[in-house]
Order: sequence, then structure tokens, then C-alpha cells
Amino acid sequence: MRLELRGITKTFGSVAANSAIDLTVEPGEIHCLLGENGAGKSTLMNILYGLLTPDSGQIVVDGETREFTSPGDAIKAGIGMVHQHFMLVPVFTVAENLVLGNEESRGGPLGWLDRRKAKADVKEVSARYGLPVDPEALVEDLPVGVQQRVEIVKALMRDAEVLILDEPTAVLTPQETEELFTVMRGLKAAGKSVVFITHKLNEVRAIADRITVIRRGTVVGSAEPTASARELASLMVGRDVRLVVEKEPREPGEVALSVRDLKVTDDRGFLAVDDVSFDLHAGEVLGVAGVQGNGQTELVEALTGLRAATGSAELFGRQLVGASPRAVLRQGLGHVPEDRQHDGLVPDFSIAENLVLDQFDKKPFGGLLTLDLDAIAKNGADRLAEFDIRAESERTPAGALSGGNQQKVVVARALQRDPSLLIASQPTRGVDVGAMEFIHKRIIEQRDAGKPVLIVSTELDEITALSDRIAVMYRGKIVGIVPPDTSNEELGLLMAGGSGDEAEAAAETDAEAVAEPTSETDAEAAGEIEAPAEPAAETPAEASTEKSAEESAEAAARAPEREPADQSSESADE
Amino acid sequence: MSDRLKRILAGIGSANTVTVTVLAFVLSVVIGGVLMILSDQHLLSEWGYFFQHPTDALSGSWDKVANGYTAMFHGAVYDPHAKQALRPIENTIVDATPLVFAGLAVALPFRAGLFNIGGQSQLIIGAVCATWVGFSISAPMPLHVLLVIIAGIIGGALVGGLTGLLKARFGAHEVISSIMLNNIALGVLAWLIKTKAFHDPNRQDAISKPVKDTALLPAIHGSSPELNFSTVLAILAVLLVWWVMSRSTLGFRLRALGSNPDAARTAGISVSRNQVYAMLLAGALMGLVAVTQISGTLSASHAMTTTLDNGIGFTGITVALLGRGKPVGVALAALLFGALDAGGVAMEAATTPTVPHDVVTVVQAVIVVFVAAPKLVQEIFRLRDVRRGEASGSGTGAAPSVAPATAVDSAAEAV
Repeated sequence: MRLELRGITKTFGSVAANSAIDLTVEPGEIHCLLGENGAGKSTLMNILYGLLTPDSGQIVVDGETREFTSPGDAIKAGIGMVHQHFMLVPVFTVAENLVLGNEESRGGPLGWLDRRKAKADVKEVSARYGLPVDPEALVEDLPVGVQQRVEIVKALMRDAEVLILDEPTAVLTPQETEELFTVMRGLKAAGKSVVFITHKLNEVRAIADRITVIRRGTVVGSAEPTASARELASLMVGRDVRLVVEKEPREPGEVALSVRDLKVTDDRGFLAVDDVSFDLHAGEVLGVAGVQGNGQTELVEALTGLRAATGSAELFGRQLVGASPRAVLRQGLGHVPEDRQHDGLVPDFSIAENLVLDQFDKKPFGGLLTLDLDAIAKNGADRLAEFDIRAESERTPAGALSGGNQQKVVVARALQRDPSLLIASQPTRGVDVGAMEFIHKRIIEQRDAGKPVLIVSTELDEITALSDRIAVMYRGKIVGIVPPDTSNEELGLLMAGGSGDEAEAAAETDAEAVAEPTSETDAEAAGEIEAPAEPAAETPAEASTEKSAEESAEAAARAPEREPADQSSESADE
Repeated sequence: MSDRLKRILAGIGSANTVTVTVLAFVLSVVIGGVLMILSDQHLLSEWGYFFQHPTDALSGSWDKVANGYTAMFHGAVYDPHAKQALRPIENTIVDATPLVFAGLAVALPFRAGLFNIGGQSQLIIGAVCATWVGFSISAPMPLHVLLVIIAGIIGGALVGGLTGLLKARFGAHEVISSIMLNNIALGVLAWLIKTKAFHDPNRQDAISKPVKDTALLPAIHGSSPELNFSTVLAILAVLLVWWVMSRSTLGFRLRALGSNPDAARTAGISVSRNQVYAMLLAGALMGLVAVTQISGTLSASHAMTTTLDNGIGFTGITVALLGRGKPVGVALAALLFGALDAGGVAMEAATTPTVPHDVVTVVQAVIVVFVAAPKLVQEIFRLRDVRRGEASGSGTGAAPSVAPATAVDSAAEAV
């Protein structure tokens, strides 16, 4: 099926989300739609899927102009969409989800649901396209990657010829992403076309046949997958972008945050953080890597006073466990919560009000009783300019901003406090390349100013770019603390809870990198890895830290890197 | 400024809150008119021979509706034929005063994300405290009134605070616990009235001792003897709630809580503590309603009866809805409801055959239904969608009409 969009224009108020966009998707191609957040990609796809009606322009399917007023029309025309947030009923089985809305029943509209046929259909489709799914599994029990596969099967069962994938890799591990790419190639071989929406440059270059770049609602060009990431980025943002975070090696200072035997349970009462210990030094960025849902969220919630925990976490000697969020904030925490919509912003509040959400009752913004509206407004205007938050004014409600700008508000709030500890979860989630560069720069500035920084991210690139050390979490435990030049393959294995052998095999390629510490930071990191090779607590701390860099590096190469880091940090720092 | 005016004018044709509220009122007046016609047997028979003599039915109906609403207007706003031409508007104000407090008592916690359906119990316990102080304590005039007011506030706040505490501490949903508290308060009231401590020994029926004259709210001298100091208190309450919600740190916390409790908590705002504060304030406001009922000059007996709450706790919910949760909006909504009440009484008296006061109740209810369903009003009058402040081009596949950010709205926000 050949799909054409001609001159699609859609305006919201005075803002043109799409203006005169032309796009052609040939049969059997993987077409990447690349653009910053708020560039209009999702608007365009929602128009194509019948969720929005364009102000002008045409959708042409196989030479025939079509008008979609609902997703039903689009599905009939052979267009399928996999949303970023899955549209599945968690308590239904895979088969039930797949027939939902298309149920076949025996004996009239009130008859029996034909489960057997549903199962057979699912099996047939999943076998035909090489997408293994168990029709009887409950969706809520499935990992995210498999849920996504279910969504794809759902689209295929409705005879989709063009499949729209809206930022599908945002929730996947590197391994799952690779699997998704295999599926996409399979679909392409079967003659289907895929529209792949993303702002991740590496993925585009790995999978795309053609690339269309959208900026501020218009098509600014197309590119070949052979283009360099830098070329794509500058096309996308409209200026030259540095993709590498520039940071000088720095010597970390004293221990700022010391976490010992931390245990945290999640909402369902399961142990989400299982006996975690680590140290975070002043002037150091510790990155916590891991697939979503391996305890990172609960770890951060425990450190910020949002969730009860046992064990200890001391910030400059003061206990954080058991403190209220307010008390932790008073100690100077700057916190970028993981989910800006859920925990970061008050949507009805203006940007200015959101910027002082955690210090509205402190001078100069307010006192015991009253708010100083002028000071709040001025601060809002200043941050608006400083962080390049694109909005009409500081009075604009935060809920009306695009995702990237919302994120800037949350980051600005955390940084304007001049925090004594910065904890940033997913600091650049859903943020475009330009804003990402800026946010990363500001985080490194904090480090360079001697602040301890804890970054939690599911984006490996972000973790490796920012971190001085990387802690990998899997099922509530820190399964390793490794230096930032560890390869993505190895990190991926750790994140998937790979066994020691596998990981070591992967680690071998990196052994050299580990063995040649280039800075004090690396030596320190290596020293910590080395420690568990010896019986844990008996190791004199000085001995391990004062070993020459070479010695410790050698030891690091020998040491099983998989060892739980909690022991290592204990022995190294106590 | 003129630029702002232009934007406001441009906004009027769109489905913003002000336009919707006004049109909801127009619609409900139309429906009220239809009800007036339907309530008249004679008119209905004229409609029966509509095709022979259409003028009978039409002019009859017109007269009926016109007379009805004229009588209401005369009863609620201004009566040129009466000796005291402004007396009706004073009646309206008297009727509106308790509704102002009651509306605020719902609107304030609503901004904090709490639904205060327990106005009845807060009012009743407030009244119990106010009455007791009113008849058992002897004090000179201004002091005694002040004590009664404080007692009413404390009684209401205790019940409201209890609801808040149950929610904050034990997670009991405030709607469930306040419905139960309403029943408990009704029971307590029925029992207390019969006890020696409260029951008026000179009366056979269920009524408490009257409060002393020194405990009565002083009248404001106008043509209406019922217009008393409580109206001044109501105006002060509107100003105070406005100040608290828009200018104080407490209001900031409450609003943050109402809009996104998770973000508020993450930013160090204690959810449970501020929920209790919101309900304490709400209860205090309902306690003031109790004071107007007991110490106001409106009730002839100045004593507790088993029906003293008069449904005001629940009317407060509709007033708050109509007023969109904003203090000044609540005051205006209370005035409208007060006018409809005052006018309804006058209409019942002035029309033959009688148009029942129930028409007014229906009109009030219909306004709220339309206000609660703005899409319906928008469809009926084919209003434009509200213009969005800013397009969020990407993200959640947004429905474009959800963000209500128009100039008229922001103007309404300002009052």
C-alpha cells in the first residue's frame, strides 16, 4: 500500500502544529519520522490515524483520497498504530485483547465469545510474522517488550498495511529494541510499511530506509540512513549540536551521600530495593542504569523521603531515611522526578508557580502566611529566559506546554535551588536533542561545582555520557558498579540480569578500557570494583584506595565484576 | 488594556465558563417557563384546541410566563408598586447570605481536591455549640454575639476537621465519612433537643431553648428587619477566602494539592496536613451558616429545631458548582439562588392560579445540570471551541478542547 499525505495543515489556536506537510510512505519501507518534541510528529500521525481532523490537506491511499474521521476509518484503510502508551486491558488475556472490538461470537450478539477461534487467529498471525505471543497469558504479567508485540499483532490482525510506531523504543531495553528491529525488518520483508517515530538518532540510522525530518510543524528535509548522527541532529534542531557531553575528568571529593543496607517495598508490598548500599561523592555523577521497574523508582523515592524505607542513607551525616519530603528538601535536595506529569508539575499552575512549588514559603517568594507574587513572577520570567522555556509568558499554565518545555521547568526548579544534592530521574525524558544538550550541560556544571549528583535513567547513552560511575540495578539490587566506558552490550547484559559468565564474556572486550584508568575517577571506580575479590569487610579501606592505580586496575581486570556493589563500597569506604 | 478587552470580547462567542453559565441560566429560565405552562390546567386545555384558536393558547401562555417571571422579579429585585421598593433585593440578600458561607464551604475544599458533602453535619454541630453558648452564657451584647460566632465556628470546624483527619490518617474517603457523619449529626440533634439541657420546657414540640437577646446578630438598619450583621460576615468571608486561596501560602498548598497531589507531595507539601486544614476551614464556614440560622433575625424562634439545616449544606454544593469554586463566583451564585428563592415565594403569592415554588427549585437544578455539562450548552448554542493558549503539538494525542485558557476565563480568574 502506498500512502501519501499531501499538504497537511493543522493549527491549534494561533500555533501551527503541522503546516503543509507532504509525506509519502512506499510499500515495504521503514520510514522514519524524526523530530524534536513538539515538532508535530504525533499530531501528524494522529491525523493519519483519524484522531484529529486536518484543517486542510489530503490523505491518499493507493491513489485514492480518503477522509478519516475516526480511528475506525483509518483501520479500515489498512493503517495500524502502536501508541507510546499501550491501549491494552491489563486483566485480559492476550487473545481477549486482540479480539476486543472485533469479537466473534456464536449465537447472535449476546452469544458465546468464540475463544477458540480467537486463540487460533492469534497463533496464525503471530506465526506468519514471526511474533511469538502466548494467547493465554494475562497482559499485566507480560514484560513491556512483549506487550508492545501484542499491540503490533493487534494491528496486523486488523489487516494493517502501514504500521505507525509512536516512539516504540522509549520503554525498551537495548536487547528488546534489537528484537523490535528484527520484527520491523520481518514486516518489511512481508511487504508492509512501517512509520517509525522517534527522536533517537542511532536507532534511525540502524533501521530506516528513508528519513523525513520535521521541525516546528514543517518538513525540513529528508535524509539517508547513512547520514551522521550530527547531521541528523542539526537538521532536526536547526543548528549545530554537540552530541557528546563535554566534561573534564574531576577528582571526586568526600563522601556526600552514604547509603547502607537500604530496603524499600513497593506499593504492592514487594521488596523493590533489596539491601542496596553505595556511596556518592561530592563532585561526582553516579548514574543508575537499569530497565524500568527494577527498583530505581523506589530507590529515588526512598532517598527523597517519599517512601518509607529501612536501612540508612546519610547526606553529609544527616539521615534521610524516615525524613519527610519537606525535611529532605530543606537539606538542600534538588529533585527532578521521573515522571514530570505525575510527580513534577501542577498542570493548572502557571510556570512561575510551578517553579517555586518546593520553596514558595521561603524568602523571597513567601513567608509564613503570604506569597510574594511579584518575586514569584520575576523568578518565573528569569528562568523562562535562562532555560529557554518556550511559552507565551511565565503565566502560561504548565499543562499547556509541550513535554520538552515541561521538563525544562522541572529541571529549572531543581537547579535554581543551588542544591546540595541533585537527584535527577530521567532528566531528559521526551526532550529533544537541543534541550538535552542544555540539560546535560547544566548537570555537569553541578558536578563541576562540587555537588554530588545522582542520575537515574533508562537511556544508556545518557548514563554513559554523564556518569563518572555507573551502578546497574536489576531486581532491586545493584548488580554492579562499573566505569562509564563500559560497553553498551555489557551494560545491557547487566541490566537484563545476565549471569556472571555471560557478562564476563562481554566484559572481556572492555577489559582493556578498564585496565587503563585515564583519570583519578576511573582509578577510584576501578578500586571499588576490585574490592569484592577480597573478603568483604576485612579489607582495610586505606589499603584498597591507596593502592596504585595500576595495581587496582589489574585487580579490577581480575575481579568478577558482577559482584554486588554494596559490599564493595562498604569495604572501600569505611 | 484595550487589547485585553478585545480578547475578552472575542472570547464571548466561545464556550468559556462565563458564556456557558449565562446561557445555562437562559436555558433554565426557558424550561421554567414551560413548567409554568404545564402546571396550569386551564392553559393546557387551551393548548388542546390549539389548532382552532392558536391565539388563546399562545397569548395565555405568554401571559402566564410573563406574569410569573415579573412576579419573581418584583419579589427578588425591585418592586415599583410596593411602599418599600428595595425591600425585595434585601430579601434576596437575606436568603443569599447563608448560601455564601455554604458555597464557600464546598468551594474551598474542592480547590484542594476534596468534596465536602458533610455540610449538614458541620452545620448541625455548629448550631448545637452556638445555641448552647447562646442560651447558657450571660454576657453583654457584642461579646455574647462574638462568643456565639466563635462557638459556631468551632463546632463546624470540629466536624469538618474530623472528616479531614479520617481521610488523612486512615484513608477514609471524605464523601463516605461525611455522609455517615451527616446521619450521626441528625441523630445527635434529635436526641439533644429532647434532653433537659437543651429542650425548651415551655414547649411541647421538639425545639431547644431560645438564645438570649444579647446573642442575636445586630440588624443592619434598612427597610428589612431581617438584614443583619451576618451579611457583613459573608462579605468578609468571601474576601478572606479569596485572599487565602490566591495570596497566601496555605492557599498555594491547597491549590497544588487539588490539582496534582503527587507533585505537591514530591515538592514537600504535606498532603494529609493540608487536607485537614481545608476541611477545618470548610467546617468553620458551615458553622457560620449555623450562626445565621440560630442568631439571625430570620428565624423567629432563635432556637434549634430538627430541621434547622434546611438543606443548606447541600444547596452549598450547587452554589459552589455554579460559582466555579471561585469566591466571587460563589457570592454571585448565592445571590442568584437567593433571588430565585425570594422571587419564588413572591411568585407563588402573586400568581393565579398559583405557580408553585417548586418551579424555582427545578430552575436552580437545571442551571447546575447545564453548568456541569458545558458541552451540552455548547451544542445547543453552537458555540466555538475554546481557543487553546498554546498547542502541545506532541505527546498524548491530545483532545484539543480540553485546555480552557481563554481571555474571558482569565478575566474571570482575576475577580
